[in-house]
Amino acid sequence: MIPAAFDYVRAGSAAEAISLIGQHGEDAKFLAGGHSLLPLMKLRLASPSVLVDIGRVSDLSYIRDAGDHIAIGALTRHMDVETSAVLKEHVPLLAHAAGYVGDPQVRHRGTLGGTIAHADPASDLPATTLALGATYVAQGPNGTREIAAADFYQGFLESALEPDEMLTEIRVPKMGGAGWSFQKFNRRAQDWAIVGVAAWRSNGSSGVALVNMGSTPILASAVSTALFGGASVADAAQLAADDAEPQADLNASTEYRTHLAKVLVRRALEEASK
Amino acid sequence: MTVIDDRPATVLGSRMLRREDPALLTGEAKYTNDLNLPGALHLALARSPYAHARILSVDLSAALAAPGVVAAYSGADLTGLWAAPMPCAWPVTADMKNPAHYPVAVGKAAYVGDAVAVVLATSEVAARDAIELIDVQYEPLPAVVDLEDALSDRIVIHDELGTNKSYQWDLKIEGHDGAIDEAFAAAAYTVKDRYIQQRLLPMAMEPRAVAAVPQPFGGDITLYSSTQVPHILKIMSAITLGIPEHQLRVTTPAVGGGFGSKLNVYAEELLCLALARKHKLPVRWNEERGENAVATIHGRGQIQDMELAADADGKIIAVRVRILGDMGAYLQLVTPGIPILGAFLYAGVYDIPMYDFSCTSVFTTLTPTDAYRGAGRPEATYAIERAVDSLAHKMGIDPMDLRERNFIRKDQFPYTAMTGLTYDSGDHLAAAQMAAGLADYAGVRARQATQNVPGATKRLGIGQASYFEMCGLAPSRVLASLNYSAGGWEAATVRVLPTNKIQVVTGTAPHGQGHETSWSMIVADKLGVAPEDIDVLHSDTAIAPLGLDTYGSRSLAVGGVAIAMACDKVIDKAKKIAAHQLEANEDDLEFAGGAFTVKGSPDKSMPLAAIAFAAFTAHDLPDGLEPNLEAHVTYDPPNFSWPFGTHICTVEVDVETGHVKVLQYVAVDDCGTQVNPMIVEGQVHGGVIQGLAQALFEVAEYDTDGNLRNASLAEYLVPAASDVPSLTLGHTITPSPTNQLGVKGIGEAGTIGAAPAVINAIVDALSGLGVDDVLMPASPQTVWATIQAAIPKTPSNGDSK
Amino acid sequence: MKISVTVNGTVHESDVEPRTLLVHYIREALALTGTNIGCDTSSCGACSVHIDGEAVKSCTVLAVQADGAQVTTIEGMATDGVLHPMQQAFMENHGLQCGYCTPGMVMAATSLLKENPHPSEEEVRIGLEGNLCRCTGYHNIVKSVLACAAGD
Repeated sequence: MIPAAFDYVRAGSAAEAISLIGQHGEDAKFLAGGHSLLPLMKLRLASPSVLVDIGRVSDLSYIRDAGDHIAIGALTRHMDVETSAVLKEHVPLLAHAAGYVGDPQVRHRGTLGGTIAHADPASDLPATTLALGATYVAQGPNGTREIAAADFYQGFLESALEPDEMLTEIRVPKMGGAGWSFQKFNRRAQDWAIVGVAAWRSNGSSGVALVNMGSTPILASAVSTALFGGASVADAAQLAADDAEPQADLNASTEYRTHLAKVLVRRALEEASK
Repeated sequence: MTVIDDRPATVLGSRMLRREDPALLTGEAKYTNDLNLPGALHLALARSPYAHARILSVDLSAALAAPGVVAAYSGADLTGLWAAPMPCAWPVTADMKNPAHYPVAVGKAAYVGDAVAVVLATSEVAARDAIELIDVQYEPLPAVVDLEDALSDRIVIHDELGTNKSYQWDLKIEGHDGAIDEAFAAAAYTVKDRYIQQRLLPMAMEPRAVAAVPQPFGGDITLYSSTQVPHILKIMSAITLGIPEHQLRVTTPAVGGGFGSKLNVYAEELLCLALARKHKLPVRWNEERGENAVATIHGRGQIQDMELAADADGKIIAVRVRILGDMGAYLQLVTPGIPILGAFLYAGVYDIPMYDFSCTSVFTTLTPTDAYRGAGRPEATYAIERAVDSLAHKMGIDPMDLRERNFIRKDQFPYTAMTGLTYDSGDHLAAAQMAAGLADYAGVRARQATQNVPGATKRLGIGQASYFEMCGLAPSRVLASLNYSAGGWEAATVRVLPTNKIQVVTGTAPHGQGHETSWSMIVADKLGVAPEDIDVLHSDTAIAPLGLDTYGSRSLAVGGVAIAMACDKVIDKAKKIAAHQLEANEDDLEFAGGAFTVKGSPDKSMPLAAIAFAAFTAHDLPDGLEPNLEAHVTYDPPNFSWPFGTHICTVEVDVETGHVKVLQYVAVDDCGTQVNPMIVEGQVHGGVIQGLAQALFEVAEYDTDGNLRNASLAEYLVPAASDVPSLTLGHTITPSPTNQLGVKGIGEAGTIGAAPAVINAIVDALSGLGVDDVLMPASPQTVWATIQAAIPKTPSNGDSK
Repeated sequence: MKISVTVNGTVHESDVEPRTLLVHYIREALALTGTNIGCDTSSCGACSVHIDGEAVKSCTVLAVQADGAQVTTIEGMATDGVLHPMQQAFMENHGLQCGYCTPGMVMAATSLLKENPHPSEEEVRIGLEGNLCRCTGYHNIVKSVLACAAGD
């Protein structure tokens, strides 16, 4: 299996990358770690005419304490997110969830920005950053803009990024000691979640997002609203799938997915409440 | 009391490290697709996207115009190359229906993946790119996926046969027919259950690879293939292609696992051979994983209707079995014989006086099935072991207790079963008791009483499977009675070189089993030489021209025994030379530690090294003795070998999600004498996880149009280390009385025991919820849905089992 | 496109098509066939090599992405005719049968121990989640890695 032929250009900076993608038009794609894009290209489910390799834009790989949030460069690899002392202290849910992405080999190459820009509802970290109320920073020909995670995911593998925009930074609010849980339910550890739940809870507030429960990562707002209103964890968890549109696949019917979401949200909230 | 064992330490039975390993560990070993073949053309195949379709036209023009393309052919273009259709070597009945099957389909495609055209190009990428340019016009026809639908002949797949039924094969015992009906009618207890053996993808880690290298002017041709059966492949290829057998050499570089899937004669092997001859250039093909999923044979695929009758004490008195077997679209090499390999084992390890077996096999529009680890025997063991648990549940007694009441007792061996086969040895009670001890069976039962309370989220279950395996395939006369087209012997040559190094030539064809190590241990033990002085040659028909290859746990029990016998012949001949040179009577010579010594005169001795050199110089040999020190043996075993054992699995089932966690897996296997316990354990480990994978993870998921929906390792769930447990092993040793080594075979045992042990454990965990069966694979969704379906049946107070 | 890759300590200057996967570059351009291909979907790990000391699946990396990198393949593990301790541990614990997954397993396992020198059995199992083996049932692979970590 080898991809269809394409042209390859390399960017040294974000600005150069954006300029290159602008020059090459709609059939061009950014290549970061390549662990979302290359598998699709090998199966010829994607055949971009040009790849703009941003893997060498070294100043986009960082994890910085920015006061009320942690700023993570888009090209930071999953392994670096997983092992970051700063994230373990301030956003332990994200560091923990990063350890569930793919397998170690994938985590050595795949990047946080790459998985978010790919916007796969079955991926772990789009939902996790959504639960955490993250803000994504995109850079385009006319400068940068911030996009709330809640506004970012627009459809299956579709994001709010313009074709000539590049994700440069992920800003994740510090969790301030909130309880949290990441529940990934799958049959083999290396696989995508059949259903996953990222959740945190602190006093009345909470954030709950679902993996693989629709065409986008799903924010389970009804659960948080119910908890805020004083509902028990068990009752709130019954609302887990209210905002979801689960699809059937080989591993799960919609009915089973819906059921799993409720069980896993309950378990996640129980763990986050400890 | 101290016993001093002053016998010399023996190599046999030691945990000698494998001589195969350094090459495999360093990347030095060459698999078929590693071979460097300058100038080779690369073959690629266009495959049918339809399960069932008439081929209206094949337009190759765009492919032929593509860069690097040398030739392209439709099935019709190639018919002149085939002297015979692709071989099926096991016509199980005289009236078996077998549709003509060619490497590239002509007229009709009968499964997704059926080859419809081929391209030869100067590179693999060029060949595969050109495949995309072939325009095949199809008239799609309805797929036949369901076995009972196939049997109805609603849609007949092979027009010329007029039916989808390939054969019906019965094993009926004279006088049992009416008696069985009466036994069932009069029995205190009967159970009748339907079990489904799902289709599995073998998924050897090395996909198949083939290269054919011709010598156009000499006429000879060499076939390199990732195969388990170089010898069978040579004979069958010669027949199918009309190549004079003596001009065809088949050799296998390193082979990356087979599990039965490389026990075949495949279209790509025949195509590479035929097109290499036609184009007078090497032709090679490397299988991609997605192709492997559809174009390499599948395993299992049976519906089993299983009935037991028992008396009031739980003594099983009759077994009745009806099998509906899925052949797939065509009969591959031994496709129809797979259910028959299990036909004799539906009574399992039990003393059951009445037996009635019938198998009907049908064609479907799916990839052909054939041998997959265990081949017929895991299916049989699954059915009897599930049925015994079902009977125990009905009687309200512990399944272990029911088994003990029905085991063939140790003192009954040799035991001639009503199927006519003689089980030469066994001790089922000992194996079961050892397994129960290792698994803390009583302790788990006690924990169940407190854990499996109404409303419990995690339920504990323990399940057992005891098995008899019929392996060491096989006595040639028995194979004849089953209409198998070959014998079951194995060949060995042992050759002492002039410098006392040993060459062993074997007809077995290892692909991970460590034959080089084990065979050298046998010879070292026999001849008293160091294992490192022994070379084992195999898997090349030019070097090892005679053999019947590796499958069915036969290599040690037939091939290894042949080697031991050849060693005996070498010793006999060496003794003649020693007697001559020592001027002693042969009867006065003893052979030990690699030397002959005159009894009572320890100073009169002649080492094998001196004899080997004497045989080489031939200066002073007994009259009439040929100047060499080598012996050849072709050994036809007198009986199958009968490994047995008990496996016990403990699981915890998450009732809310359906997730099954294996807490402990105990396997007690008896394969007779162990040549190398380290290798034995490795075979059990791998076999168990493969069987456990059938129970929990794997199934070929077809849609109603006959599309395989999980044709990749991303979707077909071969488990990883993270997904399976560590294993606890025990062994009993009951040497085989039918061969001098006392060996039986261990390649398939793990797979045979695992699936029923795991499923019995799951059903045991959930029986308190009203669950009496769960389909394989017991995926979380399947388990959850099974619990949901059972809930209305549950008495409101539940129970504590 | 011209690339310069250091493989097992030797610098290779090559001209490759951009779509060339690292695994094909290693196997075909450099004739290092110890790295195997077992799937099309980044699932099996047979093709694992190290890039700058970390295990990656070379079927999911373009050769051009490895430009300038230090790549180690299975052929680079044994030195001066002596097996790497992980290779030795696999041999002593019967951690391989057919050998096809083995180079990838060894590369994944050495990378694992670099990041976690003293893993528990469960950490070894999880750490090898990206590598499939059909022969061993993993029991002795896990044992091999634990033995190597313990220095046995």
